[in-house]
Amino acid sequence: MYAQMVKSEGSSGEETPEEREFQDRIDRGEKIEPKEWMPAGYRKTLIRQISQHAHSEIVGQLPEGNWITRAPTLERKQILLAKVQDEAGHGLYLYSAAETLGISRDEMYEQLHSGKAKYSSIFNYPTLTWADMGAVGWLVDGAAIMNQVPLQRTSYGPYSRAMIRICKEESFHQRQGYHIMMKMARGTEAQREMAQDALNRFWYPALMMFGPSDANSVHSEQSMAWKIKINTNDELRQRFVNETVPQAEFLGLEVPDPDLAWNEEKGGYDFSQPDWDEFFEVLKGNGPCNKERLGARVKAWEDGAWFRDGLTAYAEKASARRAASATAAE
Amino acid sequence: MPSLPDMTTPNVAELARDQGGQGPRDVLAETPELKPALFEWLCRMGDSTLVLGHRLSEWCGRGPALEEDIAVANVALDLIGHTQMWLGLAAEVEEGGRSVDDLAYLRDVMRFRNIKLAELPNGDIGRTLMRQFLFDAWHHLMLERLVQSSVTEVAEIAAKALKEVTYHLGRSSDLVIRLGDGTAESHARMQEALDLLWPYTGEMFTGDAVDETVAEAGVAPRPEDLRAAWTALVTEVLFEATLSVPENGDVHRGGKQGRHTEHLGYLLAEMQFLQRAYPGAEW
Repeated sequence: MYAQMVKSEGSSGEETPEEREFQDRIDRGEKIEPKEWMPAGYRKTLIRQISQHAHSEIVGQLPEGNWITRAPTLERKQILLAKVQDEAGHGLYLYSAAETLGISRDEMYEQLHSGKAKYSSIFNYPTLTWADMGAVGWLVDGAAIMNQVPLQRTSYGPYSRAMIRICKEESFHQRQGYHIMMKMARGTEAQREMAQDALNRFWYPALMMFGPSDANSVHSEQSMAWKIKINTNDELRQRFVNETVPQAEFLGLEVPDPDLAWNEEKGGYDFSQPDWDEFFEVLKGNGPCNKERLGARVKAWEDGAWFRDGLTAYAEKASARRAASATAAE
Repeated sequence: MPSLPDMTTPNVAELARDQGGQGPRDVLAETPELKPALFEWLCRMGDSTLVLGHRLSEWCGRGPALEEDIAVANVALDLIGHTQMWLGLAAEVEEGGRSVDDLAYLRDVMRFRNIKLAELPNGDIGRTLMRQFLFDAWHHLMLERLVQSSVTEVAEIAAKALKEVTYHLGRSSDLVIRLGDGTAESHARMQEALDLLWPYTGEMFTGDAVDETVAEAGVAPRPEDLRAAWTALVTEVLFEATLSVPENGDVHRGGKQGRHTEHLGYLLAEMQFLQRAYPGAEW
């Protein structure tokens, strides 16, 4: 997930006529396109939000990549490979969408590698057993879909179009995760134990993916007015719990929350909040795998420098050769 | 988010499954004594694509550029798909009650029949790409010939795989050229990779009794028959890449007969872990 801690940059002072017109367009449901005028705060907030989402897709390859080489059947290996490949593809669409706002992919990488830009903290949790491939697909992709489906209607055109493509693939991801969980929950005793353990470990981190309660956040209000954010964090979290609890029951697994109870009045479950202190610690870099995840990305980038330089050098030589042969032909 | 009934559709497991053909196996019907050699030969094809596909999948999330990550995963996915078909046919031909996954996950090193080139560790991305290029050039020539196989299923698998491998070869030769003729560093790395891998290439062109039996039955070409075309293709690309072709390509053999490098055991230990640790479980 991506939008967990993005604060919008509200404008200060009086609204200008341009800002008024911009807001009217958004209110009419028009899409904003790259070359059009937009407030600096809107641009800045979007860059931060989209790049954070892109980084999450890229870093998100690692916890699942951890099991590709140990997938238990050829078919599972293919499905997982295809899924992780999709995630790299999502990263590509999102970096491209962010580039339309005037930032380069290299700049965004630089922000990720230096720790300035964040990615979803869920990927700082380890994947310890094969059941985690189920839990990640079911819960993590499930929570991501919850966030992303409304963003298909977001006001910025390229972002909205990227989200439409991404959502189609995410629902396949979630189903394959749930299918793994089903096999495990109905398998041997050892498999059932792994499935329950995966749910125990991923439940609260999945709830954290929606971000802390935004009841008091003024930034959220601005993002919602701009239709960069469509629902509040609490609304989405509640919707996720309502949909996921019956799925866990169907699997015969227990949600690790003693206070979980159906509340007839609100038509949803009452549930315990995750440990927000833990959330902020992970965000600060103190989660179980922060060092490994970021370290792996930085290493991939540094190790690949000679490869990228080689391709650039070849392209320059090739264009010089073309120019030389064009001159010779004259 | 999909609703609960939608989440429980069983077809997810079938999404990646390839349908093996059920057509007539003319040659096999006439000469059932061909089966043991054909089984061996199918394992050589399937194990080579499996082991190489597995190696490529180790790159996941660690490539030098996002586009490269996607492309490497794509090639890995194709090769695992070919494995499903080759080992699937091997399991049918064997008639021993073993499944594709039994063959992939429950054989030990001495029963694996892949060429050694496929099992060598990835090294840097340059070595991975050079290994891929040397393999793709052989793979492409082999599949072009297998399209004419006397066994219908083999011809069908080859026709399906050839489309993908045409793309693999185009991509790997292009990158070998660019990196060979890129910077001094990329050139040096590609030359080093070539020097290291070249002595493993001879195995692709060395036949034994199994190869002779299947060639005799018109199933596949003799390995030696591909050497000239391979050498011509590879030499041309390496020349354009400004790389020099090493001398002796025929040093390391034995993979096809189950005598491997030390590396394969670790690869299998990792790949087969779950099937070995939880025998009989379904995943």
